[in-house]
Amino acid sequence: MSNTITINNKPVTVTEEQRSMSLLTFLRENQFLHGVKNGCEKGLCGSCTISLDDRAVRSCKMTVEKALGKSVITVEGMEYEDGTIHPLQQAFIDAGAVQCGFCTPGMIMSSYTLLLKNPNPSREEVRKALRGNLCRCTGYQQIVDAVQLAAKYIEEQGLSPLAGCLR
Amino acid sequence: MAEGKTFRNDGYAKVTGRATYADDISFAGTLHMVPVYADYVAAKNVVIDSSKAEALPGCIRVLTAKDVPGITNFGQIEQDYPMLITDTIRSWGDVLALTVAETREIALAAAALVEITADPIKPVLTMEEALSPYARTVPSYGDSNIVVHHKMRHGNPDPLFDECELIIEEDFTTQMIEQGYMEPESAICVPRSDGVIEIYGSMQHPFSTRRFTGALLGEPLSNIEVYTIAVGGGFGGKDDTAAIVCARAALGARILRRPVKMTYTREWSIRESYKRHPYKLHYKVGVTSEGLIKAVKTEMYADSGAYLSVTPWVTWRSTAQCCGPYAVDNVHADVYGVATNNLFTGAMRGFGSPQVNFATEQIIDMIAEKLKMHPLGVRRINMVKQGSTTVTGQVLDDHTVSMEEVMNNTVHEIGYRKKFEKCSLGKSDSDELYGIGLAISYRGASLGAEGMDFCSAIINGQYDGSILVETGIHENGQGSDSVMMMVLAEELGTNLKRIRYKRSSTSNIPDSGSTVATRGTIMGSSSIVLAAKQFKELLSKHLAERLKCTPEEVTFHGDKIWGLTYDQSLTWEEAMKELFLQRVTPYAFGTFQAPDVSWDETNGQGNAYFTYVYSCQAAEVSVNKKTGKIKLLNIVASHDIGKAINKAMLLGQIYGGITQGVGYALMEEVTSEEGRTTSLNFDKYKIPRTTDLPEMTGIVVENYDPHSLTGAKGIGEPALELIAPAIANAVHNATGIRCKSLPLTINPEDLA
Ligand code: FES
Ligand code: FES
Repeated sequence: MSNTITINNKPVTVTEEQRSMSLLTFLRENQFLHGVKNGCEKGLCGSCTISLDDRAVRSCKMTVEKALGKSVITVEGMEYEDGTIHPLQQAFIDAGAVQCGFCTPGMIMSSYTLLLKNPNPSREEVRKALRGNLCRCTGYQQIVDAVQLAAKYIEEQGLSPLAGCLR
Repeated sequence: MAEGKTFRNDGYAKVTGRATYADDISFAGTLHMVPVYADYVAAKNVVIDSSKAEALPGCIRVLTAKDVPGITNFGQIEQDYPMLITDTIRSWGDVLALTVAETREIALAAAALVEITADPIKPVLTMEEALSPYARTVPSYGDSNIVVHHKMRHGNPDPLFDECELIIEEDFTTQMIEQGYMEPESAICVPRSDGVIEIYGSMQHPFSTRRFTGALLGEPLSNIEVYTIAVGGGFGGKDDTAAIVCARAALGARILRRPVKMTYTREWSIRESYKRHPYKLHYKVGVTSEGLIKAVKTEMYADSGAYLSVTPWVTWRSTAQCCGPYAVDNVHADVYGVATNNLFTGAMRGFGSPQVNFATEQIIDMIAEKLKMHPLGVRRINMVKQGSTTVTGQVLDDHTVSMEEVMNNTVHEIGYRKKFEKCSLGKSDSDELYGIGLAISYRGASLGAEGMDFCSAIINGQYDGSILVETGIHENGQGSDSVMMMVLAEELGTNLKRIRYKRSSTSNIPDSGSTVATRGTIMGSSSIVLAAKQFKELLSKHLAERLKCTPEEVTFHGDKIWGLTYDQSLTWEEAMKELFLQRVTPYAFGTFQAPDVSWDETNGQGNAYFTYVYSCQAAEVSVNKKTGKIKLLNIVASHDIGKAINKAMLLGQIYGGITQGVGYALMEEVTSEEGRTTSLNFDKYKIPRTTDLPEMTGIVVENYDPHSLTGAKGIGEPALELIAPAIANAVHNATGIRCKSLPLTINPEDLA
């Protein structure tokens, strides 16, 4: 069995005692990926959402062990190496979808996995995909706008939907 | 700034995950602190045995009230909140000890080993019990469970009821709710070599944090420096408790001489932090046959819980706004805060008005129904207009009173009149019942007669042409830093790239009060305007000679500083350098004092607020006959906020406020059993999700406000305070059932 996780397109070796840790704690405390947020630690808020093999998962609800051999992308992996940001990130800024920002990384990761599967989601489809991500600030309206705007950016400007770290 | 384009100075940091919140910060050698609770709701003779905990390898210390060098009890109004319990437990959220260890795991394990014994007392859990003449007095001060009583005596309603065509007498209740910020409280405190304790915390009021910390440590305010960092929401909820989390970590840092971090779990956050006051409201309203409200008598009781916090201010607002946005000549109101052993209650966005609006805006619809009038008509007859006298005796003649304009906007946008005719009122051929409802409100902006109201700004020009700015307003996520930068850019005729918002510290900017009460924009931006005026005067004085004109003739636009002709201009780089060469510091300090307000506590009369925000929100719902489930179909909101500075962010505040109000209306409630909170995480404490909300439309009305130096008022609280009664009215119009308690529930059997 593999003892590595690919995190933001880089292999990370996991020690024996780290296997039983929660993936959230591992990403935050060992990998210093502080964009992964802890809002409830019980799988209820979505702040800790990451992409695991292109599926949105809550990192607080799984152990490091379960991620072995898989590819994890966190919000830190979304921007490109040269510092330009992913169309989703740009759209969140442009649409006014960010307030306190605590839910934002999780929202972006859930939206990312949605756009990979569905490049042109309707508002209802966006709402469904983000159902597990709580936001107390925005009322979600401009977050839904942002995801649709990102889809438009990607289509109109011929951009790749892939996370920046994968390119 | 182009219309519709969003500006956020922290946008990039927040979408990339780089924004630093308290728990993201660490320093070498950081220790971890965990709170210790006991399973008592009320008890005395507390004994704490921490020997087993302290014996745990890696546990450094267990701190209790005995270790406190300053005072353990503190509060914003009454010094009654125990930051650590000494002898008496008054609520299930009380903290008895703090374990400090090398790791969080060890601190958690140690907390479980602290042994607490006490003699339980029967808790007082309802306001009825607390008000009984035989009740035990809960608070540590005074001799009554009535901790505050505000009165309003405006005219004399009693003799008028007899002459009224219609008398409505109703009771309403509202529930306890949680602010629900996504980031739980967290703090990291560092003892600095110069003796100062540095605080990085998730709190919304750095100055209050400094006061709580100073009290606990027994040290002067100058020994404590609180820095502003990214905060994951506050909504009024990150004052006392969040400040106390910082103070406790500071205590550890001071005593153990190492950095100490204290990060709350969601469960601790909900268990310990103060909530929105549940209310019981009784209204007696007398109305003429034409629909004119002649007389109102009201009594309200607010559960303050075990500690006072800001209950007197919350209930004061309920008193000053007890009749909604209606000019009634004869009003008697009595508003009480009642102490119980429940979790304490304090500030939450809305602050004493959502409860009142829930009652008054339904009463207006009830009047319309009884008199067979249109709900809009009853509102129009009674609402405040230009020159009206409010129930506090204040004449509204010095700003635009746009209540009717705002209501008309919402009515037209949603198509209220036509849709109102189509409401099911309990009858429909399908399973879905349809209803539309609306509510209006006016909200006193800023603190009003509730507190001292002033705010400072500093503009600090650099010799390369860049500009630093800061104000005493705190960024909690609402986007205040961005608004301040935009106002400054506008005032100086320059662009945002030139301006950086300086991370504020309590040791730099003067105490400007709390960023609450919809005062951030109005107070902060006005202080910027004042500072910018001084800044421009200073520059004009020293640049006039080079620009070959008089100081009065110097102008600022197009990112340049100009004399009288096109060939006379300086770039900011040139101008700033020139000032430094003249040995003049391009620096300005401005303080904006809110216009005077007045209040007579004996009769509840005075100029309560210096200006008001006018709002109208409407909702369409469908209610399922079989399940009773209420579904929102559409929401429209219109608000007169004076002037929009950052339009997209303003709309974001409206949508966000409405959504919190939707939670209040339909699903949220802090539940408890025998005083022990049971809704400790988002499984039991449900807040609105994406799929619970319809599409929303926000309409911004801009009647420049003469009291604000930018014309802008604010939006934080108006957005939240009236959607619950709008939904309640819609639910009534769908079902024919009047829900007088929150959250709204429809029992399908009642629809049969
Ligand atoms: S922190 Fe993982 S879902 Fe809330
Ligand atoms: S922006 Fe604050 S929780 Fe979503």
